[in-house]
Amino acid sequence: MTGVRVLVGTRKGAFVLTSDGTRKSWDVSGPHFPGWEIYHLKGSPADPNRIYASQSSGWFGQQIQRSDDGGKTWAPVDNKFAYDGVPGTHQWYDGTPHPWEFKRVWHIEPSLTDPDTVFAGVEDAALFRTSDGGKSWAEVPGLRGHGSGAHWMPGAGGMCLHTILLDPVDPKRMFIAISAAGAFRTDDGGETWQPINKGLRSEYIPDPHAEVGHCVHRLAMHPSRPNVLFMQKHWDVMRSDDAGNSWHEVSGNLPTDFGFVIDVHAHEPETIYVVPIKSDAEHFPMDGKLQVWRSRSGGNEWEALTKGLPQSNCYVNVLRDAMAVDTLDTCGVYFGTTGGQVYASADAGDTWSAIVRDLPAVLSVEVQALK
Amino acid sequence: MIRVVLPSHLRMHANVNGEILLDVDGEATQRSLLDALEARYPVLRGTIRDHDTQKRRPFLRFFACQRDLSHEPADAPLPDEVRSGSKPFLIVGAIAGG
Repeated sequence: MTGVRVLVGTRKGAFVLTSDGTRKSWDVSGPHFPGWEIYHLKGSPADPNRIYASQSSGWFGQQIQRSDDGGKTWAPVDNKFAYDGVPGTHQWYDGTPHPWEFKRVWHIEPSLTDPDTVFAGVEDAALFRTSDGGKSWAEVPGLRGHGSGAHWMPGAGGMCLHTILLDPVDPKRMFIAISAAGAFRTDDGGETWQPINKGLRSEYIPDPHAEVGHCVHRLAMHPSRPNVLFMQKHWDVMRSDDAGNSWHEVSGNLPTDFGFVIDVHAHEPETIYVVPIKSDAEHFPMDGKLQVWRSRSGGNEWEALTKGLPQSNCYVNVLRDAMAVDTLDTCGVYFGTTGGQVYASADAGDTWSAIVRDLPAVLSVEVQALK
Repeated sequence: MIRVVLPSHLRMHANVNGEILLDVDGEATQRSLLDALEARYPVLRGTIRDHDTQKRRPFLRFFACQRDLSHEPADAPLPDEVRSGSKPFLIVGAIAGG
């Protein structure tokens, strides 16, 4: 590996941070698309110089940008996300039916093998796909059509499809998560889907064990073991050892099990990371201390990682798409805050330092290891 | 030629500087003006009006000749001063948020 490239989406533009393999000094490029919300950027595993970015604005709507040179230059591609057929309705906050309305793309997930194939998770929750590098987008209709869509309801942040995990072993299997509907899986390339929420317990819905309605904040998977999934739910850190068929709680000794991000060490499938957030009412760390918690046992037993992170008067949040790991020999871990800091650890979380400190609020962080 | 002024975000997005000068086929209306604008700058599709409904996006307004034309019918003729090019057609982003 010769270096890493960190892709940072913020409330007011995108930033590209690069470093060599030591990850000690960083070049900062940006803002790209200044003034626009960049919910997410992600590079193609098949061609790392191919990067897609979701650019949106309450004034001007959705754009998708594409770079073919590693983020140096960009060009807009198609921005039309039309629901398949008659969109129908989902539940509104007051329980009444509400028409599906496209608002923005939350998450972009390029194919593991084809730079021109990309999935997009959108609000109101649906999955879209392009197979021509973004020149056109079409809904993957089986997800909303599988039966429970009319009962989905938005969380406070909107009804967003925010997580897309592609199974590296079985190309027809994919996992997605929606706030506040839950997690879903397809085993046939998106034709049919099933809710995979058994074992989740959510006190904020009428039936805490309902098939759908859970506010899943994030899913994570290690590519070597795609049947094992980790979940940061609204409250509770969960684990599944059977591809989501059942879940059990692994919050263990976390000081609070509310949070948004969760990720897995690049080389240790049982090492996972979360950033505990005080509560759903107070979206900041406990006691003003920003801490990443790491479990080396796949959950339940957690340790606080604090070295280099502020341990007083810190009241930022870490949003659901704002943590990533690199695949260098010593796994790097990265996360961004709503205070505009991007923290990096080149030693799997033992020590941290800020790559940048004063960006707009960070919405997403991705990292690419460059050869 | 009709003069069109875009908000700064859209000028940046469409990679234009200053005013845009447009030839509009037929009668100059909001619809025909926006059709011509989007034909010249396809990246603006969906940014000013909805792709499907063609309705103006909620946080944008259309001003000209010191009047708010936002609620005028899409097929109503534009003011003479706009059609003659003596006054620009302004597409303005609402003041909102941070």
